[in-house]
Amino acid sequence: MTETLTLAADTGRDSRVPPPMAMLAELTHRCPLACPYCSNPIALMPAKEELSTKEWIGVFEQAADLGVLHLHLSGGEPAARRDLVELTQAAASLGLYTNLITSGVGLTAARIEGLADAGLDHIQLSIQGVSPESADRISGYGGSYERKIAVAGWVADAGIPLTVNAVCHRQNMGELDEMIELAIRLKARRIEVATVQFHGWAERNKGALLPTREQADRASQTVAEAREKYQGILVIDYVPADYHSTYPKACMGGWGRVGLNVTPSGRVLPCHAAETIPSLSFDTVRAGSLAKIWYESEAFNAYRGEDWMPELCRACERKTIDFGGCRCQAMALAGDSSATDPVCIRSPLRERLTRKADQLSAESSAALIYRGR
Amino acid sequence: MTVEAPVISGSSVVKLARGVRLREDSVRGRTVLLAPERAMALDDIAVAIVGALDGNRSLDQIAADFAETFEAPVGEIAADVMAFVQELSIRRMLEVIE
Repeated sequence: MTETLTLAADTGRDSRVPPPMAMLAELTHRCPLACPYCSNPIALMPAKEELSTKEWIGVFEQAADLGVLHLHLSGGEPAARRDLVELTQAAASLGLYTNLITSGVGLTAARIEGLADAGLDHIQLSIQGVSPESADRISGYGGSYERKIAVAGWVADAGIPLTVNAVCHRQNMGELDEMIELAIRLKARRIEVATVQFHGWAERNKGALLPTREQADRASQTVAEAREKYQGILVIDYVPADYHSTYPKACMGGWGRVGLNVTPSGRVLPCHAAETIPSLSFDTVRAGSLAKIWYESEAFNAYRGEDWMPELCRACERKTIDFGGCRCQAMALAGDSSATDPVCIRSPLRERLTRKADQLSAESSAALIYRGR
Repeated sequence: MTVEAPVISGSSVVKLARGVRLREDSVRGRTVLLAPERAMALDDIAVAIVGALDGNRSLDQIAADFAETFEAPVGEIAADVMAFVQELSIRRMLEVIE
């Protein structure tokens, strides 16, 4: 009776580009936290270059017309935008399923009530650990843990459904069980357990964050057990450690197939790390329409379909499952954004990656380079 | 940790949880059920079932009403409704009223 739309986009031999399902609006790069795995680029955008309220609302209107169903308001910390309630109201009035991705810092009970009244559909609240000591050390922000617990309470009071986002890495993977239980105590319906991805700031902290193979295996086991134990109570979405995986992740559900990102200054990207691919240039909503960028721009068409693929991927039956893996990871690890993702067991670079991963995850250093500091 | 998942039976009364809603998707020409990070394309039967989850009628009553409207065997319909509702419940998309 149902089919998941993201899968439906792939049926048949139809080569037409499907309309986007989801848009991530990075409203700002400003954030009080300094997580060492932040997905924002190393070069952070200053506030004065951010799109205005009116510009963002214009982008939301275009997105709705284009077929976007889910809008994720993200950052940086989106609560750093003074117009957050106004933007939420505009998005909700367009029928967009509006989700706020937040650290919680900058939200008050009153502001959360305002967001609920504006029609916010859902909140994703990040946690960095299960105690003030561990969480505040990772976020680089004293008091963040206590604040998040308070925010979760206000979200529950306002009746807004909650997902807890837990980025996992070598220094907190041992707490995974407790993070799942914390999510239930905070009355979350979902938790996203995502192993850190090594782009941007995380790349600089690989030696401190890369989980060991044993940790990664244990995490997968923990998730499998918790899914069974908490069925009907907590939905668990899980991104395993891909350096220790056999096949690459279907990054973004395929390049330019499912979603798009808009940066604080309005540049439109196929994924948040796409700017690490130096051969690509990206268009901005200040100069062209979202539809034109999605369907016609060079950057979005660069890795659609299979013409760009190396023979190894083109001949592989998994090409419609993982689309050759992550382009940014191919860039970072193979120095070639058109290469097979080196995570793939069939990649000639896989053995080298395995050795490197084992070596990095054995490093004893826990020193962190914090975002923006 | 001891937390109980809701048990759903024919006498259950349910409705869509907050944050889960039906929407016409005019770009793709279908009806979708939207939830956090999920968009499900529904066929006509599924749309009818979701529409009937009004928070007043039990699942048995809904199945009986459908059987009358569509002149179909109530047992078959009840099984379809239950399978679909269980699926929604596992995905945390339902609020169980009683």
